[in-house]
Order: sequence, then C-alpha cells, then structure tokens
Amino acid sequence: MSTSKARIGAVVRKEFTEFRRSRFILATMAVFPVLFLISPTATILATKASVSGTKLDNHIGLSLMILLLIPVFLPSTIAAYSVIGERDQGTLEPMLTTPIRREELLIGKAVANLVPAVGLAYLVFGIFLAVVAIGADPVVASAVWHAPQLIAEVFYVPLLAAWSIWVGLAISTKAGDNRVAQQLSTLASLPPFALIALMSFQVITPTLTIALSLAGALLVIDGAAYLLVSKLFDRERLITGTGANRVT
Amino acid sequence: MSWPGGSPSSGSGAGSGQRATVGAAAIEVSGLTKEFGRRTAVEDVSFSVARGEVFGFLGPNGAGKTTTVRILGTLIAPTAGSAVVAGIPLIRANEAEIRRRISIMPEAPGLYRRLTVTENLEFFARLYGLPDRQARMKEALDVVGLGDRAQDICGSLSKGLRQRVALARTLLNDPEVMFLDEPTSGLDPVAAHEVHGLINTLRQRGVTVFITTHRLDEAERLCDRVAILNTRLRTIGRPDELRHTLFSRSIAVTTAAPLGDPARVFTGLPAVQGWRADELSAGSTAGYVLTVSDPVRAAPEVTRALVAAGADVLSITEARHSLEDVYLELVEDQEGRSR
Repeated sequence: MSTSKARIGAVVRKEFTEFRRSRFILATMAVFPVLFLISPTATILATKASVSGTKLDNHIGLSLMILLLIPVFLPSTIAAYSVIGERDQGTLEPMLTTPIRREELLIGKAVANLVPAVGLAYLVFGIFLAVVAIGADPVVASAVWHAPQLIAEVFYVPLLAAWSIWVGLAISTKAGDNRVAQQLSTLASLPPFALIALMSFQVITPTLTIALSLAGALLVIDGAAYLLVSKLFDRERLITGTGANRVT
Repeated sequence: MSWPGGSPSSGSGAGSGQRATVGAAAIEVSGLTKEFGRRTAVEDVSFSVARGEVFGFLGPNGAGKTTTVRILGTLIAPTAGSAVVAGIPLIRANEAEIRRRISIMPEAPGLYRRLTVTENLEFFARLYGLPDRQARMKEALDVVGLGDRAQDICGSLSKGLRQRVALARTLLNDPEVMFLDEPTSGLDPVAAHEVHGLINTLRQRGVTVFITTHRLDEAERLCDRVAILNTRLRTIGRPDELRHTLFSRSIAVTTAAPLGDPARVFTGLPAVQGWRADELSAGSTAGYVLTVSDPVRAAPEVTRALVAAGADVLSITEARHSLEDVYLELVEDQEGRSR
C-alpha cells in the first residue's frame, strides 16, 4: 500500500482544527514568537552607529541567533505532545484501527507542526527586519540587512524546525508522560543549534558555501530522523503500554 | 510487531469443535496465543463467528478479551496461532485490507474532544478514503440518533452521547465485522439500553458484531452465542445451551404449607431424579427443588402427586439458571483450581 496524500491531508487538517481550539497551543504560538522578538529588536534599536565593528557584529549575531530559537522551541513543544497526547486522550487506538500507515500519521503530524512554526518564524523575522529598517540607526540597519547570516537564517528556519519536530515526535512515541516528553524534546532539539550559534557569532564565517553545506547536512539529518521516528513508532507498544506485561 | 505464519488451519483449543469453513465464517480463530513478556494474556484460543452473528466474549478483568480484539483488529500481533477476519487471513500483508473491512470501538470512545461530532467523523471518513463522506456521515449519525447534534463539540457531550458518536464512527466504513469492546461500560441504564438498541439495529443490518463484556445480562440479551474466556477459552455456545450443559434441569415447587413427608411424595416419580427443600421459602409457604430430566413431562406428574398428597400447590415453574450462574460456575471453578 502506497502512502496516501489524502490520509496525510486528513491528519494535517484535523491537527490544524485542534490547534485552533487549544488555548495551550494558541498561547504557545502567540507568546513564544513575541518573547523572542523583543530582545533582538531592542538590542538592534539600542545599538549606536558609533559602536565598534566587532561589537556590531556581535549584536547582529546574537539577535539573529535568538530569532532562530523560534523554529527550535516552538514546534518541539507541540510535536512532543503529538503521539502521547493521542494516546492519553484515547484517540490513538481508534485511529490505528483505520487503514492509516504510521508514515502517513507521522508525516501528517510533522507537516501540521512545520507549517505554523515556519510561518511564524518567517513572520517574526520579517517584522524584525521591518522594525530595524524603520527604527534603527541607518548604519546599523544597513549592517543587519547585509549581514551574511541572513542567508543562513532563511535556510535554517525550516530545517531547524523539521529537526525539532522529528525529535519531538521521537520522544512522543517513546515517553510515558506528556510533561517529560515536552521537557526532553526541548533539550534534545538544541544540538544543531550550537552550530548555528557558531555561525551567528562568526566563529564559523557563514559564506554561502558553508551555509548551503550545513543546510544540506541538516536536510540529511532531518531525513534520517524521519526514518528513525518511523522505526520507533511501535503500534503494539503504544497501545498496550511500555510495560509490555500489562494485560487488558 | 511480528506476525506468526498466516495459515488459519493450525492449532486447537476449547472451541475448536465450533469451527466453520473459511469463507463461511466472519471470524475464525485457531490456537491464538499472546504473551507479554513472561505473562500469557491469551492462550490457545480457537473459535469461529458466523457472518451476521452477534457474538459475546465474556470474562473477568484481565481475561484477555481486549487483547483478543486487538489481535483480530490487527493492532497487535499474536505470539502464536492464526486467524481469519472478514474472510481474510490475519497476516501483516493483509493488515490494511482487514482494517478497511472491520471497525473497532474501544472501551473509551476515543473522540477528539475539541472537535465537533461532524469533524470527528469526517476525519475518520477521510482516513478510510470514503468517496461519499457526507452521505455516510449523515447515515451513521441517523442510525445512532445524533443527526441534530452534528455540530456539537464532543467534549460537551455526555458519556452516553460520546459512546453513540463512537458507534457512529464505527459505522462509517460499512464494516463487515464490528468489534465493540465493553460498549456499555460506565453508562447509566438508559444509555446502556440505547446502545443495546443500536446493536440490535446492527444485527438487523447483517453486521457481524463481536462484543466483549462482563455484563452477563447484556450478553444474554444481545448475543446469539457467547464464549467465556479466562486466558483460555472456558466454553462457547448459545446461552441456553450452556445453561443446559452445565446445570441439570429442575423445577421449583411452592406449596402453601410444608409437606408432611416430601420424600414419599417425590421419591418414586419416574420423571424426578432427586429433590431438596428450598431454604429460601418465605413465610409459611414451603419450596422444593426437583431435579428432572424433562420439565415438560415432569410438571404434570409432580402436580398430580402433590394434589394426591393433599398439598395446596401455589406454583410449579422450571428453575432457570442464568448466564451468570454459568459464568460463575466456570470462572470460579478455574480460580478455585488455580488457588
């Protein structure tokens, strides 16, 4: 049986409807981006044109790095709830009695998480650039708009979000408790972020070649993560519980 | 999850004598065993369910009822044994096709509480890939009497209504076989009565219904046949058949006053095999329980003997054992032996 776009679409559609009606998810999606927008914007607006080049680079690097926290943290929290949440509310078993394949379920969940995370990250990024263009010292604004990290920012938003989502889903398929899943997924989504931090502070100079190479590497890692999550999704363990001795 | 071999012909168990040929039966199970680690949930279970039959699967908590349903519903793999569900051998390659032809209602309704009734059904209709979703959803809601609640948020519904929505969901794909796991668990008598009505509706539509329950009155009222499970299959048959197999037939006699010499009245009657006084008799009346081979033949004979002895007969009825008696006899017998 091949993967069905209709079933993936059904999962995405259902997830979006649930997101719209969940105060927790709406609050997370509203508050996280605003929090991560305030600090970088304030930093850049407060930066004078007279600061040294190194200091200006640091300010820009820090600001852009903070903005990249949005695609890391936002989807991981929600993805971590995806599978364990279905199990907790008793909807996983009825869903798995339909012809849906685990890959379709996982891709549907991932897409439903990816779209708002990437959309919000780009939106916040756009607002940041707009505010900087309008309100920052013209020299500083020009430095931000011409920073080499901007290219990386564009590439890394979806790739980091995808990584966070697969990590969240992986933990969600294995964890026994929802809160533990959310905490673990937030921590586990951080490692690739370290590399981005090195680029943001120009420890690694983010040339187009390096940015593209790292983006390619992240893409491969995301693909591998998807395959790993598919393997981890054990229908029997999810339904009967991790104890494996629980008889119902 | 790994599946053992796909042949449905191996193994034997308590119900192997009931097996029908593949194709004629909606469900055919042979030597089914499931182990979770060192613990055996289901052991060497065999039975068959005919198409259109309402089949009850009874047993105490932890007997393996839900595990059996999950195996037959392709949710978990058996450790050993084989099965045919909706005419299809239960092997990994057939999982999706089996799921298309069956539906399962777990004990908990399993609805998305933030979604409306329609949104819940639409999600599942899309997962089944139904071409005429709206018509199917409307029909399913009409069957369960929820046509006017289609736009209600599921979280706002009572437990009974949620159970009905879950039942509507199981109707969407027009299943050949429907598994209902404890369908009236936690429902009040009115809601349970409504679910019973719905199951009877399914019977009339020719759907094979496999119900797990520990409500014996429910099984007796709804099921054509029942199986009693306690890890192993203890017995299988029609409720009346099980009563007659397990218990000798008897008639209960009530007289206005105790008989002077009951032994003289009852002993020697050809249809009566034994008798005892019923200690539960109320007031000044007296009761006697007579073991008989055929109540229809014995009742007139006993009546004549009582009248001849000058007794005032208040009632003579066939003593009926309930399915509960059968259940307790089998389950307690096994528990007693395992102690």
